[in-house]
Amino acid sequence: MRTPGVYGAYGGRYVPETLIPALDELEAGWRAAVDDQSFAAEIVELGRTFAGRPTPLTRAHSFARDKRLYLKREDLLHTGAHKLNNALGQAVLARRLGKRRIVAETGAGQHGVATATACARFGFECVVYMGAEDMRRQRPNVERMHLLGADVRPVEFGTRTLKEATSEAIRDWIANVDTTHYLIGSSVGPHPYPEIVRELQSVIGQEAREQILAVEERLPDAVVACVGGGSNAIGIFSTFVADQEVRLVGVEAAGAASLGSGRAAVLHGSRSSVLADEDGQIADAHSISAGLDYPGVGPEHAFLRDSGRASYVTATDEEAVAAFRRLARTEGILPALESSHALARVADLDAELVLVCLSGRGDKDLAGVVARGAS
Amino acid sequence: MPKTLAIYLMAGREAPALAEAAVAGGADLVEIGFPFSDPLADGPVIRLAGERALVEGMRTRQCLECLAETRERVDVPLIPMTYASLLDAYGYEQFAADAEAAGATSLIVADLPADERPELRRVQLVAPTSTDERVRLAAETTDGWLYLVTLTGTTGARRELSPALAALVERARAATEVPLYAGFGISTPDHARAAAEIVDGIVVGSRAVEVAERGPRALTEYVRSLRAAVDA
Ligand SMILES: Cc1ncc(COP(=O)(O)O)c(C=O)c1O
Repeated sequence: MRTPGVYGAYGGRYVPETLIPALDELEAGWRAAVDDQSFAAEIVELGRTFAGRPTPLTRAHSFARDKRLYLKREDLLHTGAHKLNNALGQAVLARRLGKRRIVAETGAGQHGVATATACARFGFECVVYMGAEDMRRQRPNVERMHLLGADVRPVEFGTRTLKEATSEAIRDWIANVDTTHYLIGSSVGPHPYPEIVRELQSVIGQEAREQILAVEERLPDAVVACVGGGSNAIGIFSTFVADQEVRLVGVEAAGAASLGSGRAAVLHGSRSSVLADEDGQIADAHSISAGLDYPGVGPEHAFLRDSGRASYVTATDEEAVAAFRRLARTEGILPALESSHALARVADLDAELVLVCLSGRGDKDLAGVVARGAS
Repeated sequence: MPKTLAIYLMAGREAPALAEAAVAGGADLVEIGFPFSDPLADGPVIRLAGERALVEGMRTRQCLECLAETRERVDVPLIPMTYASLLDAYGYEQFAADAEAAGATSLIVADLPADERPELRRVQLVAPTSTDERVRLAAETTDGWLYLVTLTGTTGARRELSPALAALVERARAATEVPLYAGFGISTPDHARAAAEIVDGIVVGSRAVEVAERGPRALTEYVRSLRAAVDA
């Protein structure tokens, strides 16, 4: 991409000056890591021996009968979601930067669990900010984080969800920037974060591309992923962006459609498409899925939307829950509610060979789905 | 040279009267906060004041009106302090033009470091973490004076004046001749006196916002105590 950190009209570094030197240091550390074969080797090794990479590609025979549907099984990754790819990679980076205190935000708790896991493994201090509302609806993940030794700090103001948790994590970073690495959970935030997270998640797309070529001997017609901040989507899209014949489809929660109903605004350090009013004030998002309940999205997705290379659609809470139940019954897999949004749009895609990123497993969502009653 | 005393107030119905009260107490400059829903640089006091202002309906247009009303009451420099998202939505140039028309003498944008949107004239901020090169860049592009963020953190009263300020002042003096005003964490007359010994002005935010909740008279009295300390 042209200027680093700039994606068309989006991206940039809209943060207090206090953080700029840390972002410069992070960028330099990242470039050095990318040029250092031992960095990539360590990440591959951690993936293979600790996280469970490569994850399988599963043919779903009955979920969508008129399609050949493949699921990229990030739900089978250690800790149950793709978030660990990013958390482990950034932990290796933090160690190279000499930072031993990690701060992160979490919505569904998956990124918090992944970060707490990486910190336990690396011996880092771990502080996770989580909205009080999300702590309520993703209780099992809060308990996991505690067991992994993380200090989970409830955020009791504003929306009490991922937006405020992210703001508080950034404020903590501002106050402790000398000792602390901010381990952001999605492809959002100031440059170089969107690039770092994309690269660390691109393993999803690289594996899936090889795997589908091995069984189908051709590329998929469409690649589908849910979009919260956009990290699992950009991770699987990035490998197919150059293949113009492959459609890239992102699925947002209908009540949190930053790309579908947003406008250009500045949130959490970058300019992107955001749910905001005409004065640039950020609006509240609403989704049953805590991981998608965020009014912003990574700047590269806004760029891919504007350029037409990717398209973005939505799924409602009800559609996601129905897809959750259907995958459980038809394929024996409980998907995360986030991933269920991607599944919900498969049926109406005008495509035969479809690859879906199953970004996480649904254990954390059982209470919420069961509470909605039988379908 | 007398030292400059800058007072930060949140935009709102009471802000013009409060600004007048601050000036009566000896403020030389008033910053008017235009509230943003997600103020990353702010601690709890200013964040809460911003939330209340937004509930009160203080959107960009109302803030500009508040600025114009304040301008009718005071002659000191008036500087809106806000976040990039408001300017992005309004149009950066249009915002600067309309703020100036309403009586603003400059602008501060808390999440716009010197190299982002360099064409926008504004007071630049530097922090203890800023490299010498960034201090120079900010000083070269700043509008009139340089805002020294005294500490590594968000806005909010602190018990002590930040020990990081002295070194930052030294580095900034080596880089530039522009006046240096220190802000973030300064809340008591003791802080004000100590800071004023080494900088050209001080900015008081969170504590002023808190005192302002008790009304104009309390604010005048509080600002007077800062003025006396700064002039001592
Ligand atoms: C399983 C799962 N999928 C998707 C997401 C959304 O994040 P992103 O859009 O960054 O992939 C989350 C976020 O918590 C998640 O837990």
